[in-house]
Amino acid sequence: MQNLITITIDGKEVQVRDGELLLNVIRKAGVDVPSLCYYEHIDPPLGTCRVCTVEVNGRHVASCTTLARNGMNVVVHDDPTLHDTRKAMVEMLFAEGNHFCPACEKSGDCDLQGMGYQLGVNVSRFPHLFVDRIIDYNPKRVVIEHNRCIRCRRCVDEVLTTDGKRVFSFANRGNDTEVAIDYEQEATLTEEQAVHAMHICPTGAILVRGKSLARPFGDRKYDIGELANGETVPVVFPDVHALKNGEKKVIATVSLAGCFGCHMSMLDLDMGILDLVELVEFNKSPLTDIKHFTKKVDLGIIEGGCCNSENVEVLREFRKKCRILVAIGECAIWGGLPAMRNTLPLRECLEEAYLHSFTSEEGAAIIPQSEDIPKILDKVYACNEVVDIDFFIPGCPPSANHIWKVVKNLLFDQEYSVLFPEFKYD
Amino acid sequence: MKQAFEKETGATLGGTDASGMFGFYETSCIGLSDQEPAALIDFCPVTELTPQKVKTVVAKLKTGSPAISICDEPKNNIRYTPGENTFILKDYEPGAALRNLKELEPVEVINSIKEAGLMGMGGAFFPTGIKWETCRKSVSNRKFVVCNADEGEPGTFKDRVLLNTMPGLVIEGMALGAYSVGASEGIIYLRAEYRWLKEKIEQTLEDFREKGWLGDHIPAKQPFSFDIRVQLGAGAYVCGEETALLNSLEGKRGEPRTRRYFPVERGYLAKPTLVNNVETFATAARILESGAEKMRKLGTKDSPGTKLISISGDCAKPGIYEIEWGMRLGDLLALCEANDPYYVQVSGPSGVAVSMKERNRRLCKEDLLCGGSFMVFDKTRDLLQILHNFSNFFKQESCGICTPCRAGNFILNRKLEKLQLGLGSLRDLVELEDWGATIKQNSRCGLGQMSPNSIVDAIHKFPEYFDQRVDKSGSRLNMGFDMAAAVREYEEAVKE
Ligand SMILES: Cc1cc2nc3c(=O)[nH]c(=O)nc-3n(C[C@H](O)[C@H](O)[C@H](O)COP(=O)(O)O)c2cc1C
Ligand code: SF4
Ligand code: SF4
Ligand code: SF4
Ligand code: FES
Repeated sequence: MQNLITITIDGKEVQVRDGELLLNVIRKAGVDVPSLCYYEHIDPPLGTCRVCTVEVNGRHVASCTTLARNGMNVVVHDDPTLHDTRKAMVEMLFAEGNHFCPACEKSGDCDLQGMGYQLGVNVSRFPHLFVDRIIDYNPKRVVIEHNRCIRCRRCVDEVLTTDGKRVFSFANRGNDTEVAIDYEQEATLTEEQAVHAMHICPTGAILVRGKSLARPFGDRKYDIGELANGETVPVVFPDVHALKNGEKKVIATVSLAGCFGCHMSMLDLDMGILDLVELVEFNKSPLTDIKHFTKKVDLGIIEGGCCNSENVEVLREFRKKCRILVAIGECAIWGGLPAMRNTLPLRECLEEAYLHSFTSEEGAAIIPQSEDIPKILDKVYACNEVVDIDFFIPGCPPSANHIWKVVKNLLFDQEYSVLFPEFKYD
Repeated sequence: MKQAFEKETGATLGGTDASGMFGFYETSCIGLSDQEPAALIDFCPVTELTPQKVKTVVAKLKTGSPAISICDEPKNNIRYTPGENTFILKDYEPGAALRNLKELEPVEVINSIKEAGLMGMGGAFFPTGIKWETCRKSVSNRKFVVCNADEGEPGTFKDRVLLNTMPGLVIEGMALGAYSVGASEGIIYLRAEYRWLKEKIEQTLEDFREKGWLGDHIPAKQPFSFDIRVQLGAGAYVCGEETALLNSLEGKRGEPRTRRYFPVERGYLAKPTLVNNVETFATAARILESGAEKMRKLGTKDSPGTKLISISGDCAKPGIYEIEWGMRLGDLLALCEANDPYYVQVSGPSGVAVSMKERNRRLCKEDLLCGGSFMVFDKTRDLLQILHNFSNFFKQESCGICTPCRAGNFILNRKLEKLQLGLGSLRDLVELEDWGATIKQNSRCGLGQMSPNSIVDAIHKFPEYFDQRVDKSGSRLNMGFDMAAAVREYEEAVKE
């Protein structure tokens, strides 16, 4: 029996065993603390993601690598900047990888995603880096999607062959650090071992050939908010609201480099849309087919990022005309699926599309251009790289409910909360 | 220089020439900042390069001369010692420290070190006596002493000069440490870029063994056996961090360990290990030789003694300066004949950015500590360019294991690039500071924790510089979006 000691967690004294892992101590005390790389079977813990950061005696530490000692003063939630710090870690992971959730096999079961939901990450404050990374199809059993690897190191420590040999290791340094695979050892993995690797990988970086995750999309643990205990997503709302004048509020919407999916989702309000038209008036919008602004607008809703010069001009026009701008959907928020091209040079994309693709004409030699067609940008830009955006609603597409709640909040100051199944990246 | 090398070898930077005879690559600081431009050829140093010199060197290599036969013996460039107050760089008499062991118990050695007030010279300034004492108290059948000669902080080359001029002094310091803590095995972890020093160190070790100062039964009051070997590093900055260094010694990837145990509790091969910097060991030897008293009389109250400073950059006399702690920044700048300094980076990129308003600050624990690197820049250098170079360093040298340092430094790097293009706004400056703070607070080891220092400091201390480089209109149209640049690639692609 280890000695009992006393520590303080968010001002409350608790008795715990000396030397117990702080992360577990905090959780046992009924206080939530997120973790991502932590995996109870790996000891000592990896301490790589820093999502479990708390304050101990005035200093930030990873609670998963810290042992409880007598007299520790631990702050988890009392200082709101700590929540923001943990959120920043998750945002960094999104910004440095290439996470196209709507196209990811792990979506719904991915712990990174789950962390984003749990912490209310609706946008990464850090611009995405879009570094070209490979998908390694060389291994026999697995496929490694380096775009999604968060370098948590779980696979390195946890995946062993029957002979106890390691399969994964870390190679290179800095942002080039990546998981390296010992192909020979990998080939000896049993199916069970390979599937284990896929499961312990918190993201969709390790996939097993010919295997898919048991539950279908939409039904997975983070899709249905299985772990949320009925709590709501802690979204931080900006202090912007429409003026309280008696007149009907005016909304404008646009689809830039998007697929119109977000607009379709707005229509998913079904009968609710009838309430909406009672309360607001639509100005420039594909829904009304009004092509030009005819008045000042309270709320502009943007779908899609900027992939060409016209998108940029339209977006700037929206910023000038609208008091509040909301970016809806992954494409508007950080580029989304169209940004899949961002890791490649534009020239390669154009040549592939117009000169070398199956459907291009034999001997095609021209990339079309005319004064009348907008110029393609070197990459797809997130809306907030071009103008200031006041709020972001994630999803691909976002749920109609979520959009509607936000609109009511912004225009009519109605309080709202977002349920887990309404807050998604896919 | 780049052009000269490319022209002469036929290899472009980052690749090899057609025949594969020459490969030409960029490297982080190789510890020869006082005799730049410098390069390593097959790990042999060539210094003070000129295009003409490059030409001759490459010509010789082409005729098949091995690099070792044409390389330079780097100068020591010891520019200043404080007269009779010189503590470290005075004449070295081999054995002068070690012979005291005959009269001293291990604890007495530790007491002297404590009395002298020695602090670690590797940059963290941890009290050496306490470290030795803790290590002594760790119970184990096997303990190690490791000399950290990784010297990777850009602009530092003091350890190089110590190992080149008086390797024996460092070895004596290690032996004192070993005697104090009860270790019998020592390792000098020498950075790969200093491979050229290896032979000299090993020769000195051999001399020591012959004299009976290393090996079994070294003359001392208590039975004492101790030997040392040299192990080469693999060229990663992070391996200077002591726990990463221990991993590297064990043949593992150079990653800092999670802070559960101190090396003095569980270090190399999970045994108690004393890790100290080269200069720390050298100073420890001098303490036993000259007495703790003498050291206490020098320097300041909180930082007694002297310190080796490596000065490089825009000054007439780059090199090594042994200064008494407490010297004013302005006086040091005058000594090294920096005529028009604008910006000084103290303690390397992880250290403190200093403007000339701070000329009167004193180098000491009470005010501004300096780990050894002292880089002087005049007005002809662009501050953002310097900061971007530092940022490149961290972006590459991060061990990549924790999120804030690996991702964060890349993110800061991009932001600096935006500023360099003239596309920054006030908000970008605020974000650099905020994000810098996030990286500092949450990184796992010292590398990440210190990496944003220079950027954050510079923004505070050079407002006049940054004011001119950012958009202050507060416009909600982000002026940082550069339409002309964004469509350039397209315009070129459709031109043909
Ligand atoms: C990123 C990083 C790099 C370091 N590089 C060195 C180094 O090159 N040489 C050194 O002596 N200490 C270096 N240190 C400090 C060591 O971790 C350790 O504090 C030192 O070796 C202890 O010796 P001292 O107490 O004698 O200074 C570094 C620390 C960090 C965080
Ligand atoms: S589901 Fe997870 S791994 Fe897949 S793209 Fe999204 S965040 Fe990345
Ligand atoms: S592949 Fe998966 S388990 Fe391995 S380091 Fe990357 S994210 Fe972690
Ligand atoms: S701070 Fe940087 S160098 Fe240190 S452990 Fe983290 S990634 Fe590695
Ligand atoms: S969960 Fe603690 S650092 Fe990742």
